[in-house]
This record gives sequence, structure tokens and C-alpha cells, in this order.
Amino acid sequence: MAVKDYMRQRFLPHIWCAGCGHGIIMGNMIRAIDQLHMKKNDMVVVSGIGCSSRMPGYLDFHTMHTIHGRALAFAMGIKMGQPELNVIVPMGDGDALAIGGNHLIHAARRNVDLTAIIMNNSIYGMTGGQYSPLTPTGKKATTAVYGTDSKPFDVAALAQGAGATFVARTTTYHVQEMIDIIKKAIRHKGFSLVEIMSQCPTYYGRKNKLGGAVQIMESFKEETVKAGSKKAETSPELIKRGIFVQEDQPEYVETYLTLTEALQKAAKKQPGEPQGGHHE
Amino acid sequence: MKPKKTVAINRDWCKGCGICVAFCPKEVLVLDDREKACWAYPEKCINCGLCELRCPDMATTLEENES
Amino acid sequence: MKSGTIFIQGNEAIAQGALYAGLQFFAGYPITPSTEIAEILSEKLPKLGRKFVQMEDEISSMCAIIGASLTGLKVMTATSGPGFSLKQEAIGYAVMAEVPSVVVNVQRGGPSTGMPTGVAQGDVMQARWGTHGDHSIITLTASNLQDVFLMTVEAFNLAETYRTPVILLFDEVVAHMREKVEIPKPGEINVVERLRTSVPEGTNFHPYLTREDGRLPMSDFGGVHRYNVTGLVHDMWGFPSNDPKVAYDLLHHLVDKLENKADLLARYKEHYTEDAEILLISFGSAARTALHMVEQRRERGLKVGLLELQTLWPFPRQLIRSMCEGRSHVLVVEMNMGQVCQEVRKAVIRPERVYLANRFDGASISPADILNVLNMIRGKGV
Repeated sequence: MAVKDYMRQRFLPHIWCAGCGHGIIMGNMIRAIDQLHMKKNDMVVVSGIGCSSRMPGYLDFHTMHTIHGRALAFAMGIKMGQPELNVIVPMGDGDALAIGGNHLIHAARRNVDLTAIIMNNSIYGMTGGQYSPLTPTGKKATTAVYGTDSKPFDVAALAQGAGATFVARTTTYHVQEMIDIIKKAIRHKGFSLVEIMSQCPTYYGRKNKLGGAVQIMESFKEETVKAGSKKAETSPELIKRGIFVQEDQPEYVETYLTLTEALQKAAKKQPGEPQGGHHE
Repeated sequence: MKPKKTVAINRDWCKGCGICVAFCPKEVLVLDDREKACWAYPEKCINCGLCELRCPDMATTLEENES
Repeated sequence: MKSGTIFIQGNEAIAQGALYAGLQFFAGYPITPSTEIAEILSEKLPKLGRKFVQMEDEISSMCAIIGASLTGLKVMTATSGPGFSLKQEAIGYAVMAEVPSVVVNVQRGGPSTGMPTGVAQGDVMQARWGTHGDHSIITLTASNLQDVFLMTVEAFNLAETYRTPVILLFDEVVAHMREKVEIPKPGEINVVERLRTSVPEGTNFHPYLTREDGRLPMSDFGGVHRYNVTGLVHDMWGFPSNDPKVAYDLLHHLVDKLENKADLLARYKEHYTEDAEILLISFGSAARTALHMVEQRRERGLKVGLLELQTLWPFPRQLIRSMCEGRSHVLVVEMNMGQVCQEVRKAVIRPERVYLANRFDGASISPADILNVLNMIRGKGV
């Protein structure tokens, strides 16, 4: 099917600024889903709050636009409620790493079969350009007038440390790679996290004199390198792209269902529940 | 060399960001006087599809030619 | 889960009531004095093939149950004061998105960390207004364990009927005391099932278009209808809207669907009220003491009665007004600084006749606490 067949077309053109990277991510996420031949009724997209979190509204799937930082918590309930559904969670800097940081590390720790797409544009766009936990050191923002006060997270390292079993990074310049990585992330049974470096020309770009969308995307091309390549070895200062972790580990919901099945089987052999008094 | 597919641009959705223009390997696209992308040099187009993949607005699609 | 009589603590009565009502998903986080609810359900739910998860905090617990509810399950979470404060934003989301859910708050001494093992009834107003913005909400309570069981089932029924979060506001004494509870047989008490839409696949389904009878049929995530759920003001499609008319209609709908049904939603019990000259009004464990006091005074010939509230919100104004009419005095008995008392005063014709007997130091309100005020009132009245 064409990309537009997956969209709620009456809401297009979308609200994102001209050149915003989020549209590139949305389009390629759809292409990934299309190439995997997934059914619309099996897809759930859950987001929090922010520019990135406006994505679900445009998609013709089961969509939830929730509260800031908590998308993964809602997604947990959906996945446990109906484990056969494919749940994708697009989030921005703040949603995933600031207010939502705790839910991120726990979702990763539990290895729940969700696909988290972190749309990292190094800024809080929706509220007008404040800095985020992913804004590089020293960069300017409306609440970092003298430059940011601290280092940003390395999202991939954080996710890996928390126990995510699929961790990858790409950029809005590397579109073919993006589709390939998203496909693998969705297919992976376990917690998948894909960080996609994206551009906010309106706030981050302008405030830090990085040029427009095209210039920022060019910088993604120049300042990143494919992990494992020769260039990655010779230029360690470049940001690595690619799949860093891809392991098979027990998945949370599957493990839980196995347990309940075993318990129900055992209960059938023993008629009646013990009455009264939960032991202290 | 005639390209197999047409690069169709939805002018309602295109926001004139210029990404497709800047990254087209054959410089086939331009922004017209209304700041909308335009498939200006179809004869040079190699149908690589990067404009479609990189468009943030889903405005650019490669479509089969009606013959 | 068999029927029959069992001797259990209040928290278990809540768990049993929830299971009876068809609870399928519980997410929670431990907090005194509600922890046992999570512990009991962590054992029972998996055995029944249903779902339990201990989330990383109370916020994610509330969010998880909302997500699960949208996949078609009956859901519940449980907490106490500090956790209830944390949940407020998500509760507001459930209000706005009209997602059936049950939130148990076993009240303890507040504010802040307060007295984790002390009893209080200080969250009444928070249950009503804890989440921001104009909205309405249902809050139920009970004073004895059989009613705890019944009100829990009722909470699920009302959540499904009105597509709203329902707060079960109990207190530490009721939750931790032990009494006998009779578990009814399946079918003995009415359990309301989710109203699902009959709109067929391929036809447009409007998740927020009210039916003629005021009901709002749902469609499970994963089903044949794909729609959007958001906390933003939205149209009948579930899509964000800035249109003032849409906002006006939506907010009115959210509030009216409950406030207009205040009479229908009023659950209460009357004890010796028919000829009572002094009417006590109470709820939760305070009502146990109030009832004891009423029975004691009746033996001495004093015409007192007790109106025990089981619905706190929407506040049963009409009931209070008519029940208080003609009484010489009204005495509200509660373990806070007068949160229900002020509502009673607003509802009655003669607010100057409404008095308060209260306690908020972590200890249970005693008969003497009530008697002192009763004597003072009667001294005044003479």
C-alpha cells in the first residue's frame, strides 16, 4: 500500500514545521510497517506530549496520545491487555529521557515487547525551544541562555545499560538505514529502542546557528559514522550509527503468560481455592 | 533515457522545505516561485526514490506512468 | 473464588469484590495501608489467567490500567494518600478520555507522608478535585466489610456504565480490620459488562458520540475500529479540537453525565433516622463509631439517627437536603477538618444547624469525641 493509505489523510498537511525531521521518521516508519505486511488492526501507536507525540493522530492505526512522559506506561497496559498487538511508542527528548526516563529504564529492564522510537531533535520544540537531556553541552536554548548546564545522555548506552535487547541509532539523513532498522526493531521480540537523530530547524537550529533542515541533515551525514566500519575506527569522535544490541532474552509478557498457563493447569488438578485469610 | 516512474508532488502537503531539492543526486528538483517542490528535469531523474524517502510531508511519491 | 462466608481483612474484601466484578488487570505499587491489595491480587490474578503487574510507581500504575482498559479489560489500581496525589494527572486523563477504571485510595494520616499507619479521612476533597480542570467524578466508600465488597463491585459497575474512573475511598481502619464477608454466588449480584459498539467493520465508529440514551459504547483496541484517544479537548472522532463549541459541549458532557445523575448515584444507609431529631451524618470507619453512639443514645431515649453515606461524589445534595429538613440539629462525624461538613452546610436549608465532630490525629474517632459535641449541641439547644 502507499504511505498515504496508512494515514488519516484529512488531517494532512501535518502541524510540523517545514523541514522538521519528524515527518521523515513518520513516513519511513510507515514504509517499514508496510514492508513487514503488518495489518492495521494489529497496530497500536502510543505517544506522550510534544511535537514527536503528535505522530499517532495522523496514523490510521489504534492510536493513543497520552500524558507527558508516560507513553511507555500506557503501552505496558496495552501490551499486557492484548499481547498479540504490535505496540509502537514514538517519543521525544523529554518524553523519553526527562519526565519519562524512569518508565524508559523499567520498560527496558522488563524487556517488554514494545518498539520505542526516540525522535531526538535535541530540544523541546512544542513549548518553544527549551533544552532537553539530549541537548549537547554548551548549546543554547530558551532556558539555557548561557549554554546547557550539563552533558546529554547517550541514549543507546542508557538503553543498553537498562537491559534493552535491541538498541539502534540512525538519523533522518540515513533514510534507507532508518527503514531497515525500524523493521528489525518491530520484528524483534523484546524491548526495542531506536534513537533517530532529527532536526528542529525552527528552534534548535536557529538558536545555535546550525542553518536550516538541509544543513542539519548534512551535519548528520558528516558527524556520524556506521558502527563497525573502518571510518568508525579511525574517527572515534564521530557519533556511531547502526544496531548496537540485538539479543534474544525472555520477553516480559510471554514469560507472564507462561506462568499463568502453568498456574491454571495446576489449579485444575486441585479443586477449590483455599478460603479466607491472606497470610501475612 | 526515459524514467520509469513519475515523481508526483502534492502541492497541498509540500511545505517547500527544500530537502528533496538539496539531496537529489541528479539535481532534478527545484522549488518553484510558490516555494513548492517541482520535478523540473525529469529526463535527468534516475528514480532513486530518495526524494520520496526524505520528504517530511509525504508530499513526494514515485508513481507508475500511465502508458 | 468460591462463594461462602470468609473472615478477612478489608483489603482482601476489596480484592474479592474486584474479582467478583470481573477484574482482569491490576497494576499497582506498594504503599501502606493498601499494600495487601496488590499482594493478594499478585497471587490470585495469575491463577485465574488474569493480569497483574507491579509498576515502577503509582503514576505508571494508573497509566497502565488505562491502557489495559482500552483493550477491553476491567481494571483497578490501589494506593494511599501520597500515591493518590501522584495519580491525579492520569486520573484526569481517564476522565477526559472516558476510560472505565477503578482507583482505590485507602486513606491514611496526611498531608504528605503523614502517618502511614494512622487513620484519617482527609482525601475527600482531593478525590473530588485532585485532578485539574472542571470535571466530575464518582467516589464511593463503606464502613463495614460486607459493604466494602459490595461497593467495590458497584465501583466497577458504575465505571462501565458511565465510562469514568471511580474512586473507592476507604480508610486504614476499614482496610486493616477483619470481619466476616459473605461472597455471593456468581449472578447473585448484578455485574455490569462493558457496552461495546454494534457498529460493524467498515462503518465509521465515533468513539465519543453519545447514544440517545446517554451511553457511550466502546470498541476495544485491536478490534475492527481504529480511533484516536487523547487528553486534549477532542471532537466525537477523538481528534484534538480548538473549537470553542466543541470544548463547551465536551466539558458539559463530562460534568453533566455524572452531576445530573447525583440522585441516581447516591448510595447510603439509614440507621434510626425516621424519627431522629438529631441526625448524624458519617462515612467510612467514622460511621462505625457514629452508629455505636446512636445506638447507645437511643437506649437512653435520645432521638438520634445516622445517615451513612456510601457515595461521596457526586455529593448527594438532594438527599442531604431532604434528610436534614426538620431535624433540630445535624452532626457530621468525620476524621478530617470538616470536608464533608462543608458540603452538608452548602446543601441544607439551615446551615447554622450543622455541627462537626471530628478527629484528625491518626487515632480513630471515639464515642467520647462524638458525645462531647453532642452534649455541647444539646446544651446550646436547651
